[in-house]
Amino acid sequence: MDIDTISRRKFLKLSGLTGVALTLGYYLPADAKEPKLITAFDAENRGIELNSWIYIDVSGKVTLYSHRAEMGQGVYQSIPQIIAEELHVDLDKVNIVFAPGDNVKYGNQITGGSSSIRGSYKNLLNLSATARVMLIKAASNKWNVSELECYAEDGHVIHKPSGKKLHYGELVLEASKLDIPKNVVLKKTSEYKLIRKPLQRQDTPLKTNGTAVFGIDKMIPGMLYAMVERNPRLRGKVKSFDATETLKIPGVKQVFVVRMGVFNTFREGVAVVADSVWAAMKGKKALKVDWDDTGFEHLDTEDIYRRMEEALQKDEGLSFVSKGDSNAIIKSAEKKIDVVYSTPYQSHSCMEPLNCIAHYQKDKIEIWGPIQAPDWVQDYISKELGIAREKVIVNMTFLGGGFGRKAFMDYPHEATMISKEINAPVQVIWSREDDATQGPYRPGVSYRCQGVVANSEISAFKVSIAGQNNSHWRGGAKDIPNRSATEGFLKPYVDNIQNLSIVDIPFETPIPTMWWRSVYASTNGFAYESFMDELAAESAKDPITFRRTYLKDERSSELLNKLEEVSGWKNRSKGYGVAITECFGSTVGQIVKVSKNAENKIQIDQVWAVIDCGWYVNPDIIKAQVEGSIVMALGAATIHEITFKDGKTVQNNFNTYKMPRITDIPPIEVYIMENDADAGGVGEPGLPPFAPALTNAIFDLTGKRIRKLPFELAKV
Amino acid sequence: MAIINLKINSKEYSIDVDPQMPLLWAIRDFVGLKGTKYGCGIAQCGACTVHLNGQPVRSCSLPVAAVANKNITTIEGLSDDNSHPVQKAWIEEQVPQCGYCQSGQIMAAAALLSKNASPNDADIDAAMQGHICRCGTYPRIKRAIKKASENKP
Ligand code: FES
Ligand code: FES
Repeated sequence: MDIDTISRRKFLKLSGLTGVALTLGYYLPADAKEPKLITAFDAENRGIELNSWIYIDVSGKVTLYSHRAEMGQGVYQSIPQIIAEELHVDLDKVNIVFAPGDNVKYGNQITGGSSSIRGSYKNLLNLSATARVMLIKAASNKWNVSELECYAEDGHVIHKPSGKKLHYGELVLEASKLDIPKNVVLKKTSEYKLIRKPLQRQDTPLKTNGTAVFGIDKMIPGMLYAMVERNPRLRGKVKSFDATETLKIPGVKQVFVVRMGVFNTFREGVAVVADSVWAAMKGKKALKVDWDDTGFEHLDTEDIYRRMEEALQKDEGLSFVSKGDSNAIIKSAEKKIDVVYSTPYQSHSCMEPLNCIAHYQKDKIEIWGPIQAPDWVQDYISKELGIAREKVIVNMTFLGGGFGRKAFMDYPHEATMISKEINAPVQVIWSREDDATQGPYRPGVSYRCQGVVANSEISAFKVSIAGQNNSHWRGGAKDIPNRSATEGFLKPYVDNIQNLSIVDIPFETPIPTMWWRSVYASTNGFAYESFMDELAAESAKDPITFRRTYLKDERSSELLNKLEEVSGWKNRSKGYGVAITECFGSTVGQIVKVSKNAENKIQIDQVWAVIDCGWYVNPDIIKAQVEGSIVMALGAATIHEITFKDGKTVQNNFNTYKMPRITDIPPIEVYIMENDADAGGVGEPGLPPFAPALTNAIFDLTGKRIRKLPFELAKV
Repeated sequence: MAIINLKINSKEYSIDVDPQMPLLWAIRDFVGLKGTKYGCGIAQCGACTVHLNGQPVRSCSLPVAAVANKNITTIEGLSDDNSHPVQKAWIEEQVPQCGYCQSGQIMAAAALLSKNASPNDADIDAAMQGHICRCGTYPRIKRAIKKASENKP
């Protein structure tokens, strides 16, 4: 019939896919805050641009257009697990396709803030359950029976009395024309068959046989390779360069100056384009570049921390939290604790160095790469190059680590500029040295912590913070405090400590800084939870009992109970430390046990971690994320730091920016709290408590308080 | 430039390249096997590990001319179907996170087990400490190697 033909064509237009299908997605009505579910059919009739998230085709295959990049945190697995649960299909029937960058269609796509599942799980559950109900309805219409007599199982709808059975694929056309049912009832946690089960990740086999395609592995026809010599002082311009030797290298094609955005500033480099990575690498080494660094403050780490220290002692700044009167209490106290904690700059150092393919064409730009924030890249490139955003196509690959670094626009921008110059597709590969020396880094932060204990309780608690504010790099106002000043610090602490003051002291350097796994919680957590321990010691109370005074809410108390239970806290010997932090909607407590080894050096014997992330999907992925976070925290606390000398980054590869190795890792046990509270993040919250739990354990064993990271375990 | 004959995963390849080019880039860009990864280029991370006559080597630091006509195995040559005991154990223990370092880790573990069927903790540490995993999958790597040694026929 005509109408069918038309709808079919419209479907094709809408979904951009072949075949008839049930396509269900969310859209955000102009006048509403909550997104609404809609079918492709309805969307077309009402002229709404469909946000096509889920698509069931005539073969019964389910495809989700994932708006999230996969960078190791297991979204590849968790999202299909959610869909399969409510849709009643086999997990292997669910495919996931990374959606190209487009925040108009998909909403903010940044994979960060541990938000992949947090942001979407309720919608995904509802989407899948709704599709199931519609397929059941479609079958009951076909059979002319009551839908109450039908149920869905394994990708089929079954009529119970007669045993008749139809495959989802046979029902999609019918279902796609139905109205969307309201108030679809979701399963209870106890009814889950897939969610909360430690199912294997579907991407694992691709990562054990070398077939997973990371950005660096991607190839497109006619692609050249480029490497760039960038200003070693992070800023500045190319005064001149000599490419005589470079151009002699077989395979080197072109050498020119390229400019890329670093937030709101620019950085220049000299690009070497060649027909192989090796030729580009060799060509880069043979370059001679004269840099213009004028106006660049010649950075030095010691200087930076001295300036922080001075700022902290001045006692001014922007108030972030002010409760009661901690200043007066501290001033008049006979005995107070007044100490400074400091944390270093750190590099993300993803195992896959930065890389990006760009193909600049007359009427569009196409980009492929390990990209955490495709829609930001789309926006940025569109603005910088003055080309309509829909003409900028950003394709994501697997990411060999992200940790915040791959949410930054410099490397796609630079690749685009090079492709434009040579008028051909190009893959720009950063050497490990480029990746390590160019930033942006996690900002180093220093904290002045002042406190008074009376009657074994906190009578005043004040933390002043001096460190770069990441948001300044993105144009954030400088007269307001860093809104992450208490990131990592438990909300119940803020609620229950009577005299509490948190002050942000604006502090600037020319070093580009950015989010690093768990962001400010990674540094705040060390200061806050170490200081909490100092106050507990001052009160002569057990560190967990002391914290309980302020963590009376049910979830915190249960988490503390669990920590005590799994670590045998109550019957412990010397050498135990605890810390508990909260970020991205999840709370993690850790206990570290240390002892002295045969050479009288500190060794870490065991780590226990308990995470409360509310509703969750896959316990094994959560455990893996917490284990990995602890390893990353161990490196940042005891092994590596980024320092600056003479305006340059000192560490440039894994021989100087050393990483934790298999030999450094203690046994780690991870426990997950069971509850149905809103889902919190899992990729980052396991990181912040490790460093303070470790240094608190060292204090417990030795009486020595460590206030500066990193420190060497062997030198304690 | 020079013609170099390579024997990778029992196949012969003849490529015309700079003889000083590290084996890593020859494998990736001229032979077209992308499972072997670049991580540091200075023999620090192990991401580029392949087998040379059964021994684990850092392909980023071996000039391609030095390995002409020798038996090279890359991750793609370990098995056709993820059936090598190490690959199986890696899947059972769900080792990979981002996965980028894992080709190198797996090649190192496979080489270890071919020499030592039941390695103890110290053996595992010695064989694996040259391999960085930024995602921190070390606890699972240890478990998987033990599992692979048990699973071995
Ligand atoms: S790339 Fe060869 S050891 Fe790192
Ligand atoms: S799994 Fe990501 S670096 Fe090892």
